[in-house]
Amino acid sequence: MTVTATLAEARAADDKSPRAAKHRDPVRFGVLAALVVLLLLMVGPLLVVAVNAVKNPAEYAADGPLSIPTSLYWDGIVDFWNRVNFGQKLWNSFITSLVVAVLGVLLSILNAYALGIGRVKGRVWFLVFFLVANLLPQEVLVYPLYYIGKEIGLYDNLIAIIIIFTVIQSAFGTYLLTSVYTEFPKELLEAAAIDGAGKWRALWRVVVPVSRPTLAVLFTFFFIWTWNEFFLPLIFLISNDNQTVPVALGVLQGDRMMDATTTSASALIGILPAMLFFLLFQRTLTRGIAAGAIK
Amino acid sequence: MAAKSTTSNRGYAIYLIPGVLASLAVIVVPLVMTVYVSFTKWTGVGSPRWVGFDNYTRLFADALFWQSFGNIALLVIAMAVIPTLVGLFLAAVLFDYVAKHFGDRWAGALRSGYYLPQVLPVAVTGIVWGWILHPDYGALNRIFESIGLGGLTRNWLGDPDYALYSVMAVMIWFQLGYPIVMFMSGLSRVNPELYEAADLDGAGWWQRFRKITVYMIRPEFYVVLITTTIAALKIFGQVFVLTSGGPSNATLVPSYFAYQNFFEKAQVGYGSAISTVLTVLIVVLAFVFLRLQHRAEESK
Repeated sequence: MTVTATLAEARAADDKSPRAAKHRDPVRFGVLAALVVLLLLMVGPLLVVAVNAVKNPAEYAADGPLSIPTSLYWDGIVDFWNRVNFGQKLWNSFITSLVVAVLGVLLSILNAYALGIGRVKGRVWFLVFFLVANLLPQEVLVYPLYYIGKEIGLYDNLIAIIIIFTVIQSAFGTYLLTSVYTEFPKELLEAAAIDGAGKWRALWRVVVPVSRPTLAVLFTFFFIWTWNEFFLPLIFLISNDNQTVPVALGVLQGDRMMDATTTSASALIGILPAMLFFLLFQRTLTRGIAAGAIK
Repeated sequence: MAAKSTTSNRGYAIYLIPGVLASLAVIVVPLVMTVYVSFTKWTGVGSPRWVGFDNYTRLFADALFWQSFGNIALLVIAMAVIPTLVGLFLAAVLFDYVAKHFGDRWAGALRSGYYLPQVLPVAVTGIVWGWILHPDYGALNRIFESIGLGGLTRNWLGDPDYALYSVMAVMIWFQLGYPIVMFMSGLSRVNPELYEAADLDGAGWWQRFRKITVYMIRPEFYVVLITTTIAALKIFGQVFVLTSGGPSNATLVPSYFAYQNFFEKAQVGYGSAISTVLTVLIVVLAFVFLRLQHRAEESK
């Protein structure tokens, strides 16, 4: 977290240095131009999608993908929204991601409290386990999960997805949070013990409030990762009413009803929530990636 | 002292119970089941029939299996090697050149822009590119035609000669932002005086890049290489949406191969063997990487 502060200081020092104002040679702008071209290549596809999502199909046929639409055409988006009942998918994705993020953080806290602060016996092996759990490809878990899910009546049910991802995400969370809690200041815990707080109270009154920034990063990661998950939701959520956004969009590919406008409309309404989270969580995200994320 | 600390630590084990039970149910039991099923013949109904190593011998003789691993090797290049190397260079340019000469704003804005594809859901990436590369109504072919390069139009995802390269290109686009962000945050740890000193000694940009940048962000370098390689080995979503492993298996990857056996061919034993091999490969690679990283840190 201090990383960002040092960064800002370093930059501030740089701006003041005389070199910044030194001669401007064309090379400098050549470099910048190259970087801007690369930026266009990275962002361009998304812009093309946005432009064509609101372009009349006839206009697309006549002028192609790069023309600016003469008038905004919302039918592609509206039709697609209604056809897949997109509001329902948004809600499914939202509620799944939110519950997983909350439960996943809670489970990570409990595990990391025992491993990082409690240093229970065999902690190294538990950590190795959580690390490996984090690496496993979902293919190696999917069939038994699918089978068990069917047996206990949780197949095609959001609850199954919530349980599975709570555990999978908390494997990462435990790993990260344990390394944070290992460094937790002992004095704070001792002070709590002197005040007569038991382990349970110390956890909620001292440990959790102090580690809130890390918990916020974990929450953000869990939310976005769960939102973006595709494979297990694809297997588990087969009925239309239960699908999440990525599944609903993913299974439509190859559908014969799709044309340029509908496809880019569907892509656009898939992009928008992701962009929204990106903007909302941008600070936490860049900070969290800096904290050494594993995914 | 030691005895005292173990007794005071005893009360913590109880906090591990929910996590252990949940991990048993969702990870350990399914993992053991998959490994067991990989030694059986099973359609998913009835009871599995033990066949020993049959699935594995069949697997190692299966041309499709080797093809899927060959494809994944190319995807490791596209998702791990190229983004890491290019990302290292771009991060250094942004940090040590753009930020200096044009200010922080430019470096930050460019970084965010490059990172943007990373925030999209995998399935959405697939849709965006599935459309752009579509042979009939896709944007890329239309653009080629409109600028008089009609000869360059291809069935990018439908032609076995191009499909894998198209997927690789999409994956480079998708991955590039991650190393840039990681490396730039690593660079911010570096003491700016180091660069100033090198400057005074007359070191050029390239020398500073090689001697300081690359050396200082070795920890991030390892993390990025591990995580992107593992992500490449696990790739499923983009392949599912873009090509479904086709045309004629040109883009088949192990995870999709396993998926086909599980859910399309009802060869659950065989699918389990594929995923077990993939898992072993990933875990072994991860530990080799971790060892290398450990050794590199020790030698510092």
